[in-house]
Amino acid sequence: MPTLKEHLITVSTSDDLAEVRQLSRSLAVEAGFSLLDQTKLVTAASELARNIVVFAGGGQVRIELIGESNRTIIRETFEDHGPGIVDLDLAMKDGYSTGDGLGLGLSGSKRLVNRFRIESKPAEGTTVVIEIAK
Amino acid sequence: MERIPILKMGKFLLVTIQVEMRDQLAMTLQDDLTQRVVQTGAKGVLIDVSSLDIVDSYLGRTLRNIAAMTKLLGASTVLVGIRPAVAITLVELGLSLEGIKTAMTVDKGMEMLREST
Repeated sequence: MPTLKEHLITVSTSDDLAEVRQLSRSLAVEAGFSLLDQTKLVTAASELARNIVVFAGGGQVRIELIGESNRTIIRETFEDHGPGIVDLDLAMKDGYSTGDGLGLGLSGSKRLVNRFRIESKPAEGTTVVIEIAK
Repeated sequence: MERIPILKMGKFLLVTIQVEMRDQLAMTLQDDLTQRVVQTGAKGVLIDVSSLDIVDSYLGRTLRNIAAMTKLLGASTVLVGIRPAVAITLVELGLSLEGIKTAMTVDKGMEMLREST
């Protein structure tokens, strides 16, 4: 599964979200994803990168364009070494928030992409991986 | 500081969001609009979002806050020109824009505001 292109972005304030959005958008455009898929990906990326800023104080976003023989995939990895999530099931519920947000970032992003994986360890950090494919 | 211009059109206020909305800008807009509604006694606010290619939960919440605040001040809010891809994404994200009327064009939006005042 060759990675054709990769961007690594350090995220620490909400001003960094623009870069995450822009790079997600440009890679999705380059890979030929539909406008709707682009919009969903960029929105999901904005939510997940925002979580890093709000809850962990900073982290990294990796955006990859992956070419398989019959598919093109964009994979985004959101990694932080923040407080982690104590109750993942609860965190994935619509409307649940430990911050002052709407509680849609995790559950909403999951609905916007083709694949969604989350791993978290309290006091160690959280990693979320999303993929869109065509 | 970057600010989004607010235009007065009779008893309505018109805002066109044309730039990528960083968080700070959204907050400033919320405050500025609320103040202008009070200053002018405006009966309606039209927010043109036709240039926005994404609306995430932060901006969605800002728009909801604007609608709620202006309602408390006796004004209605209409969102104009939400792009189809944005509308679909907002629904799937689970963000309801309850309390905000929407219209396809500024003309339709103004009509809605006139009817409600």
